[in-house]
This record gives sequence, C-alpha cells and structure tokens, in this order.
Amino acid sequence: MNYEVIVVGGGHAGIEACLACARMKHDTLLVTGNIENIADMPCNPSIGGPAKGIVVREIDALGGEMAKNTDKSSLQMKMLNTKKGPAVRALRAQADKIMYKKEMLKTLQKQNKLTIKEGLVKELIIEDKKVKGVVLESGETITSTAVILTTGTYLKGAILVGDQKTEGGPHGEKASNYLSPFLKSLGFNILRLKTGTPPRIEKASVDFTKMQEERGSSEDITFSYDNITATAYQYQLPCHLIYTNEVTHQIIKEHLEESSMYGGYVEGVGPRYCPSIEDKVVRFSDKERHQLFLEPESIYYDDLYLQGFSTSMPHYVQEQMVHSLQGLENAKILKYAYAIEYDAIDPKQIKPTLETKLIDNLYTAGQINGTSGYEEAAGQGLMAGINAALKLEGKKPLILKRNESYIGVLIDDLVTKGVKDPYRLLTSRAEYRLLLRDDNADLRLREYGHQIGLISDDIYEKFLKKKNDIESLITLLKDNKITPTKETNEKLNLLQTTSLKDSITLYDLLKRPEISIENIQIFKELSYSKDVLKEVEIKVKYEGYIKKAEKEAAKMLSLENKVLPSDINYYDIANLASEAKQKLDEIRPLTLGQASRISGVNPADISILSVYLKKGGK
Amino acid sequence: MSDEDTIVAISTKLGVGAISIVRVSGKDAISIVNNIFKGKDLTKVASHTIHYGFIAKGKENLDEVLVTVMRAPKTFTREDIVEINCHGGIATTLSILDLLLEKGARQAEAGEFTKRAFLNGRIDLTQAESVMDLINSKTETTRKLALSSLEGSLKQYIDSFRNKLKHVLANIEVNIDYPEYYDIEEVTYEQLQQVVIELEHDLQNLITRSEERQIVKNGIKTIIIGRPNVGKSSILNKFLQEEKAIVTDIEGTTRDIVEGSIIFDGIELSLIDTAGIRDTENVVEKIGVEKSLALIDKANLIIVVLNASEELNENDKFILDKVKEKNPIIVLNKNDLPMKLTKDDLSFKHIVSTNTNTISGIDALKQEIKNMFKLSEIVEDNDTFLANERQLTLARKALQSLQDAKDSLTNQAPVDIIEIDLKEVFEILGNITGESYSDELLDELFASFCVGK
Repeated sequence: MNYEVIVVGGGHAGIEACLACARMKHDTLLVTGNIENIADMPCNPSIGGPAKGIVVREIDALGGEMAKNTDKSSLQMKMLNTKKGPAVRALRAQADKIMYKKEMLKTLQKQNKLTIKEGLVKELIIEDKKVKGVVLESGETITSTAVILTTGTYLKGAILVGDQKTEGGPHGEKASNYLSPFLKSLGFNILRLKTGTPPRIEKASVDFTKMQEERGSSEDITFSYDNITATAYQYQLPCHLIYTNEVTHQIIKEHLEESSMYGGYVEGVGPRYCPSIEDKVVRFSDKERHQLFLEPESIYYDDLYLQGFSTSMPHYVQEQMVHSLQGLENAKILKYAYAIEYDAIDPKQIKPTLETKLIDNLYTAGQINGTSGYEEAAGQGLMAGINAALKLEGKKPLILKRNESYIGVLIDDLVTKGVKDPYRLLTSRAEYRLLLRDDNADLRLREYGHQIGLISDDIYEKFLKKKNDIESLITLLKDNKITPTKETNEKLNLLQTTSLKDSITLYDLLKRPEISIENIQIFKELSYSKDVLKEVEIKVKYEGYIKKAEKEAAKMLSLENKVLPSDINYYDIANLASEAKQKLDEIRPLTLGQASRISGVNPADISILSVYLKKGGK
Repeated sequence: MSDEDTIVAISTKLGVGAISIVRVSGKDAISIVNNIFKGKDLTKVASHTIHYGFIAKGKENLDEVLVTVMRAPKTFTREDIVEINCHGGIATTLSILDLLLEKGARQAEAGEFTKRAFLNGRIDLTQAESVMDLINSKTETTRKLALSSLEGSLKQYIDSFRNKLKHVLANIEVNIDYPEYYDIEEVTYEQLQQVVIELEHDLQNLITRSEERQIVKNGIKTIIIGRPNVGKSSILNKFLQEEKAIVTDIEGTTRDIVEGSIIFDGIELSLIDTAGIRDTENVVEKIGVEKSLALIDKANLIIVVLNASEELNENDKFILDKVKEKNPIIVLNKNDLPMKLTKDDLSFKHIVSTNTNTISGIDALKQEIKNMFKLSEIVEDNDTFLANERQLTLARKALQSLQDAKDSLTNQAPVDIIEIDLKEVFEILGNITGESYSDELLDELFASFCVGK
C-alpha cells in the first residue's frame, strides 16, 4: 500500500492533519489505535476558552474542522470576558464527548482521499534522512511520501494512581512503547511530561440543590464563521460551581505522601498552570477554599467531570476527598482521577513548518511536541497537514506570524524556545493580542485558507462580501454627520451622552465610550449583518489602540523579513558570543526576528548577524 | 524604525558658531529639500555640488542658505544626502528642521547616520573587522558599566517600580486567562489609578532629577525675554562681557536672537537674547516676537526682565502669563530709578530686584541662578538618577506610556486595554536596567558610540 501522507494518531491534531491533506487532494491514510477513540476528549469536556477559543476560530478561518464539529455537538456555549475588552473575549463550549466523536467520525468517513486504518505504528521507514512510510506493530509496511506523527500521550504512556503505575494511554488503551525509543535512535531528544485528570462523578448521586448553577450564553453563538446555529442553543446544559473546604484540605494533607506526585513516583514534568488539587493545597496553603466545577460530559451517559480536582491519590483517598465536598456527600465516583506520563520530543528539533529538522517529510503535531490542550493540538495538526501538503505540491510553506494568529504564536514559541512543562496557550503569550481577536480570525486568515484550497470559492465569496461590508459601513459612518439640532440633542440626552455644539460624524459619535453601534441606528439605519456591525464597532472604538499595536507589529516584522540563509555557519561568524553560536546552531532560526527571541542570543549578537547579512554573508 | 525613512538632524552644535548644518539622508532627501528650496531644481543638479538659495516656508523665506547635494552611493551613508548650511541661529535652524519634519523626513536618532553608513556597507571590508571589535568592546563596556551601576541604587529603584507593576499585571493576566476563578479578585480601576498615579509621580521625579543632572553635562539653555527696552541685551552683554548684542534706546532694535555662552560655576550657561515682545504690526519684528515665544518651551531657564520704574503694562502681563508655569527668574531692572514695581506685586518664586547696569547687579542675578539650580548640590549629590541620554529617553517613553494608560483610565477603557500600556511601561523600565530585551537595543547600541559622525 502507498499513500502520499500517513497521519499517525486520531486525536485532535491527527484529525485536522489528515483532513487538511485529503482536502488538499492528497491520498491520505489515518492510522489509529482504535477507531472508536477518534476525536476522543480524555480530559475536560470543553473546547475553547481564553486564547484557546481564538485558536478554534483560527482553525475555522483556515478551513479546519474543530469549530464546525463543536457546533454540532455543544451542550453549552459561553462568551467569556464579556466585561473586558474585545481583545480578550473568547468562546468556550461544553462539548458532548459522544456526539463530538460521532460527528467527527462521520466527517472523516465521508472525506474523499482519506482512508482510516486501525493499528499501532512501531517504526518509521527512513532512507537517507527522509521518511518513506511506517511499519506497524503487526509487521505490516505502508509507504508514503510524508508522515505526520500526532501520537498524543500514547508514547510510552503510563497511568499513575497512588503508588500504582501501569503502562497504557487514557481509557486503558494500549500505549505505544516502540515509537519513542525509535525516535530517540534517530537523534531526537525525548522529554518526559506529565498531566492529570480529575474523577468523574455519577450525576444521579449529586445533590445539586447545594450548588451554584453556571449557565452559558443564551444567544445562539457559533464557533464556526460559517454556521448559523449550534446545538448548545437547544441543550443549554448548566455547569455547577462548588468549593473545597477545610475537611478536604485536611484529608489531602494527611495522605499527601500516598499521592504519586508527592510519593515520588512521577518522573515527568507537569504543567505549571494546571496543578493537581494536592499541589494547590500545598502551594497555596493560606487559601481556605479552591473552586471546582461539575461539568456535563454527555447527554448519553451519566458522568460529570469534576474540574479543578485532578489528583493522583489512591482510590480510597479519592473517595474521602470527593465525599467531603458539599453536594457530593453521597456521590458515586464512576472513574477515578489519575496522572499520566508520556514521552514527547524536544520541539526545538522541529521547524516552523512542523517538519522535523532531522528527518525530511516527517512532521509532528500536538502533545508529542510538548503542548497540552485539544485546541493547541488541533492548531498544530492543521498546520502540519497544510505544510506537508504544500511541500508535496512543491509550494512555499505557510508559516503564520505572531501578529496574525495565536497558532503562529504557539508554533513560534515551541520551535524557538522549546518547552519545560506542557505548553498551554495564554493570552499573555501574544504580544499583539489586540490584533488577535475572536471576532477577526476570518479577516486575518481566510485569505490563506482560500489560497491553499481549504476554503471553497462559495465560502470565500461570502467572506469577501463581509469584508466589503465592513469597509462600506466605515465609509458610511465617516461620511454621515449629525448636526446640533434640538431633535438630535434630545436623542443624545436619551442615550445619556453629551449633546452637540458642532456637527459630528457618526464615526466620531461611535467613538464615545457610552455609544454603541446599535445607538447609531437611531440616527441612521444600518442594514448590515450583526457580525459586520460588531466588527466595525470594535474597529472604530479601539482604533487608536489597534493602530498602536499595528505599529509595534510592523517593527517586529522588519526583523521578521530578514531571512537567515539555511546554510549559514554560525561558528564561522567572528564576534558572535559562544552561547549565541551554540543556540543559533541548535535552533537554526529562519529569520532575524526569530533569532532575536531565542534566549541566550543578545542584542549585540543580533546586530552582528544583521551586519553579516548586509554584507552578503561574508 | 524602517531604514526606508529619510532622516534629518542638525549636525552642528546648536547655537554655537556662525553657521549650522542640517543634514538629510535617505531616498527622499533630495526631493524633500527641493520642496522647500528656492533656487535651482535640486533634483536635476549634478552630485556633489553646492547651490545658493533660500529655504522657504510657503511664501516666507526662513533663511539664506547653501545647499550641498550628494547622491548615493558615494556618500557617508551610501544614501542620497543633502546638507543645508544655514545661519547659525537656534530659532532659524530649528524652524528649518521642523519644516523638513513636516515635509516627511524623520528626526534621526543619535548615531543613526553612522548606523546607516555601517549597515549600508559604507565602512568597507577591511574596516569591518575593526568596527566589529568596536561594537563588541562597546557592548562589553556597556555591560560592565551597566553591571556596576545596576548593582547599585538605580537598579533597585527601577526594580521597585517594576515590582509594583508586576503584581498588578500578573493579576490582570490571570483575570483574562482564568475569567471564572471567582476567588481571584478582579483588578479595579481604582487599583490601577493608584498604581499609575504613584508611578507617574515617582517616574516624573526621577526624570526631573536626572534632567537636572544632565544640565551638568549639557549646560543650561537660558532665554532672556521682556518687552522692548527693559535692558535684556545689557544683561546678556554683562554676562558675556562683550558687546555682542546691539543695545540702543530705540525700542525694537534687537530683532535677531543672539547667542553666546559662559561657563558659570563649572556649568555652561547658553544665553539666548530675544527680540522685545510686544504687540506689533511690523512684519519683521512680529517674526522675532513669535520666535521668542516659541523658545519659551525649549529653555531650561527663563529670565524675564521688567522695568521696575514703570508699572506693568499689557506686554509685561502677556509675557508673565506665558511663563507662569515655567518657574522663571523675574528681574526687576533699573531699581536705581524710582520704583513703581516691587516683589510684592508679583507672585513668582524667584525675583531679583537689581540694576543690571552695574557689576553687583549682575552678581545678584547670578546668585539667584545658583540658588535655583542648586549648582553646588548637583555636582556632589549622589542620589539615584539616570546616567545617560539612553536611559532618560527610555524613562520619558515609559512616562508617556504611563500617561497613555492614565488617559485610557479616564476614558474607562477596558482593563485589559489599559494593561497593554502598562506592560509597555514594564518592558521599557526593564530595558533601562537591561532586564527585558527589545529590538531597539540595536539602535541604542549604535547611538552610544557616535555623536554626529
């Protein structure tokens, strides 16, 4: 058997990777351990949130699947940070774990040029530093031009509960024990990382009367720019808020040494931003309580996810801990919490295209690159798929910049700085977050999506119309003035804003903090879609700030446009500090901009490089 | 900073010497200058030639000049360069600079001409090695210097600013990334207001203190203003102890601004005489009056001269109103005549009643200047201050961002928007102590090893 691309692993990264390749018309094979587990969400039942939600929108803008699939399987949709500025607003959905898998599998099975096969990959076929296919544990050989590894937490996966450590991936799936030693033999540096998941509670055993209900947004919001409705609108399932208490903390402190983490059974490095409950209790000992959410996992089964309560305590301690919580006194634990350790590769060994530096045509995406999160995985999977396909077509790769997408920030951070603990996207990682908004991911990226062939002409036409509408509405606001007549001022008074002395454009009126685009309609009817109105409102109101961010970004881009030749020998450049030589040689940045973000490369080194480039590399 | 920009700077020391040179470099250098030049069409002249003409702002001739046109690549920066040789007066030179900025040139940063020469390969291969060494040694020195001073009080002081911000910034970031953690308090406007106001005050203080110390190096730019015929020029002359300004009894004879400098207790006092300020219909005189007023903002010290033998007239009041925020020294001159104006008539901190026609009269004024600038203290004082122009520029930039944040607060912008400015303040302050890094450090590196050429 021969394919153009083989994708190894059917998680969120693998799905986007194989769909992108197949949709770009390349014969693609998805190899996965268990078809039933494609698009599985082994941890929290939610998609999106700050920064991550914007990634999902970006995936949609580029022609990926995550947003569309979430709309088909969401139980609740919530716009977060609505009281803050537009730059940090983000969507989050509670997704139904069963529906999500089912809908995604349907999409994959319908996809032309895509074949799905069960199996575990044991080795890669490598010739001359080039990947040529895979060998399955069954011994079967499948050849291909490119291979994308999206193996998640399965590389030498081990589940930890108390002092027990068992080989395996999530849900008792078989771990992949051969691939990471094989990668190591190719020269990859293997990292050992750790993450964890909280217990699942039986819904019928919970006393909700003692809990605070948390509802989603009541409007029909969608993740995808192309959908007009999401299932969340029909389900509107709530989450529930509870808190830990002194008793819980006492139990944890008493049994601390029995947890895998504090008992010293864990080798992997866990995520700083996602500590286990025992970590929280130890590190923030002055806090009287920690908040927890009970989130619905699916309408098809009875599990509730106890967010914020991840632990590696033995089962009997978990029982005590859960029962100490208000409303969970009689709760039944359906699945115990566990920690999981897995192998990842050092992402400094991959290029910004997500192709590995060591082996041509071999790409990696998702947790294997040291990230955590479904969204981070999907974003990388999509880019790995796109770039593998573009390379097959002999075209220039698509490398998203830091000022145009969170996906760009994510990948640049990974390949430039590497990871110490599982990497999660945060808004603060983006320098230009005011440019990377939830509302404008399509304006930022749809053009690319269309160019590479993932966005159809129809959808693209609609997008262009939106773009034109935005322009024309801005022009309209600038061209229309209101004058200080009695009538006008009465209307303004009603809106609780200062009355006019001179005439003013609607554009300037909209700049007033207390005036919304809906208010403008009092003076002039604006027959535009809700999206267009919202977009223009943000653009006008935050114009000054956006311009400032654009100026900053332009400064960065001037360094970003200075390309470092791929054959540059840093050791030959006199005057570079020796640490800089070593770091530059290790990471081999594509541009001066990327070089400037490497820790250990200082400004003097950048100026020397800059002069070296000007001199034509002599 | 794009290398595409056309840059401009005054290449000679301002206010010293008979002529000043304004230098323009970049791809639009010739067309920009041609735009304001009355004479030959500079876009058509041969390279490396000099041309006589006028610099004109609209219909008004600003100055009679000689313009040198040098085309790329045989120039210092390897870009097109135009040099304007104008008559050295500060006001004239500055207005030519302003005009060029208005026409699209950008103010060059310190050392930027040299930087361009360097980056454009003007310094050839054999020189490259030594330049590299220079960069290296420069950073090495800078680093050593930085290290020694950073371990000292400045670093601690700046760190105390940064720490105040760090906590609030982290809190805002948490609020953004974890919006549903209800136990974590949301940063409020009041909290931000407090931090911003406190920091603004401290930073402003630091800058003011440091600027005072800069005076030690750069001199006190002093202007003398007053309505006609109150004795401004005679004060200047006494200071300079030579007859440089023309002094007559006919009102309005000092129309041009005259400069000279003296060393005064180890500190340079750059003196600028001004045309008498009065409401006038005389066109030439009017220009002089406007120039005098424009100088008020650029001076470190303003000496207002009043005639004590007369009551305040409209012109005096006009001047006093212009300088009331500027902490001037008021000279009640001609106190040898019957006085109609005394210290009690004025609400200014520094007032000298004297007769500047005498030597002792001038000494009283000198004493007041000494008091005002606490000259003896400046030289000895060991307080925390920003040591160089790079640090001062950064501090001013941080202050600017802080003020932007304050404006956003007033406009009730969302907290996360305000945070963007505060983060900038945090980063810029970090640049002062070398803790955070930005691409602009490259520019600073070059700025630190060249003044002019």
